[in-house]
Amino acid sequence: MSTELEELYQEVILDHSRRPRNFGTLPNADVLVHGDNPACGDEIHLGVHFGADGKLEEIKFSGQGCAISQASASMMTMKLKGKTRAEAGELANAFKNLVTSEATAESKGLGDLQLLQGVRKFPQRVKCAMLAWRAAEQALAQSAGEATISTEAEP
Amino acid sequence: MHQVRKNPVDWKSVREDFPILDQQVHGQPLIYFDNAATTQKPRVVMEALRHYYEHDNANVHRGLHELSSRATEAYEAARARVAGYIGAASADEIVFTRGTTESINLVAQAWGGKFLRAGDVILLTQMEHHSNLVPWQLLAERIGAQLRFVPVRDDGTLALEQLDELLTPEVKLFAFTHVSNSLGTINPVAELCRKARAVGAVTLVDAAQSAGHLPVDVREIACDFLAFSGHKMCAPTGSGALYGRAEILEAMPPWHGGGEMIVSVTLEKSAFKKPPHRFEAGTPNIAGAIGLAAAIDYIEGISRAAIFEHDSRLTNYALEHFAELPGMRVLGPRGERGAIVGFVMESAHPHDLTTFADQRGLALRGGHHCNQPLMRRFGLPGTTRASFYFYNTTEEIDRMIDILRDAARFFA
Repeated sequence: MSTELEELYQEVILDHSRRPRNFGTLPNADVLVHGDNPACGDEIHLGVHFGADGKLEEIKFSGQGCAISQASASMMTMKLKGKTRAEAGELANAFKNLVTSEATAESKGLGDLQLLQGVRKFPQRVKCAMLAWRAAEQALAQSAGEATISTEAEP
Repeated sequence: MHQVRKNPVDWKSVREDFPILDQQVHGQPLIYFDNAATTQKPRVVMEALRHYYEHDNANVHRGLHELSSRATEAYEAARARVAGYIGAASADEIVFTRGTTESINLVAQAWGGKFLRAGDVILLTQMEHHSNLVPWQLLAERIGAQLRFVPVRDDGTLALEQLDELLTPEVKLFAFTHVSNSLGTINPVAELCRKARAVGAVTLVDAAQSAGHLPVDVREIACDFLAFSGHKMCAPTGSGALYGRAEILEAMPPWHGGGEMIVSVTLEKSAFKKPPHRFEAGTPNIAGAIGLAAAIDYIEGISRAAIFEHDSRLTNYALEHFAELPGMRVLGPRGERGAIVGFVMESAHPHDLTTFADQRGLALRGGHHCNQPLMRRFGLPGTTRASFYFYNTTEEIDRMIDILRDAARFFA
């Protein structure tokens, strides 16, 4: 087993891909983002429910894809739950830096998500790791500034 | 012109003709099983390019000097070599292109643009590579023609029982692949052409996956057009050809305008050369054509019958051992097939599998293989594909099986 492969597929990552957390549909989602990666057929359906305080109260995903995309989505939902939009946006930026930039970026509270840094050595796999985060960024953009969005998805 | 090898073929020495295969990737000996994407090149092809550039390089068809004569002679000799290789009646039936994709686009634009009308039907199959689908979509959109498809059965063969129903008199063109790049299916091309002819439809065979792998003869197949790529048969990238039956090429207008394809030009109007030069505007890929001829010499030195036999032995060996792996689903027909095996493993996504294999020196392809509609038909986002050529060995397949077994354990 090569070191790079072990770094890419760490046990925590494989565990999330085998048993993704927050997997399923969110009936009371305020924003639902369908994302797909046509180059490889990965797809994600991300549902976000914002609480009265504007935080990401609930977040779930479904879809299919490789271990990296599934693990990234699973770990992302755990990380974003309970965060404000601003915090979530910062985490998305930090994650993007983590997997794409050469510099050793500040982890900025990414926690276990730092384990996905291994994809840097596999440029074709970066978009697998980014798919869920692009969906999340879209969800954040759609809800921002529109106070009326939550009404259409009230349970 | 080409050396004939003694039978039986010494496959070990054949492999040594390919210097690229002798290397380590990620610290492991390279196993190159992505031959359906592109094949490796033997020394003689690289030497032919080098010789051309070191001795004969000039533009073709117009220089009144020695080098231009030599370049023109070598370029036109390559055309005759291609004609002989696929059984064309004349070198004038061979148009040099950048490959299969360009060949098909040429037919869609020059032939389709002139001879197809709104309401006409273009019949394709569900297993076509995007290169034999998208050009027809563009044409259909432009002129108002309809697309129709021969379905694929669960075993990866064409639903031939539906052919009579699909081949109505509105069908003006039937275009199909010889060998599927995802399933390995070998289609009964002569039969398909015969049925198409019966309703007056013009036929196009996509020979991208067959030209370097099995005997292909346009007069036996009796097709109107046949397209193939050099780079999938030991020749340089950017080389390839379109075969068109003489009368049909003759009736087609040019598609690209420019130098080399004209007889005379005034500011208002031009007169065009006869085929094939009518379809070759601008300075062609001279070295590519020469490289393609060298590749043909090389392949014929081994013989396509021997290559097909060897490829089939490898494919059957792989299929046999795939069956031993847990959670393995192999696509495509059993029995005679091309040297392409698409599969999915329950425990590992194609991309994870391909990355894993690459780290062990094994080059596979993971994804949709430019076959998105076919993948949807089988309910798969993609597959992993191993595709073999005559320089591959059963020992390499043994190592692939070990790697896949390790991957199944790793991702399970």
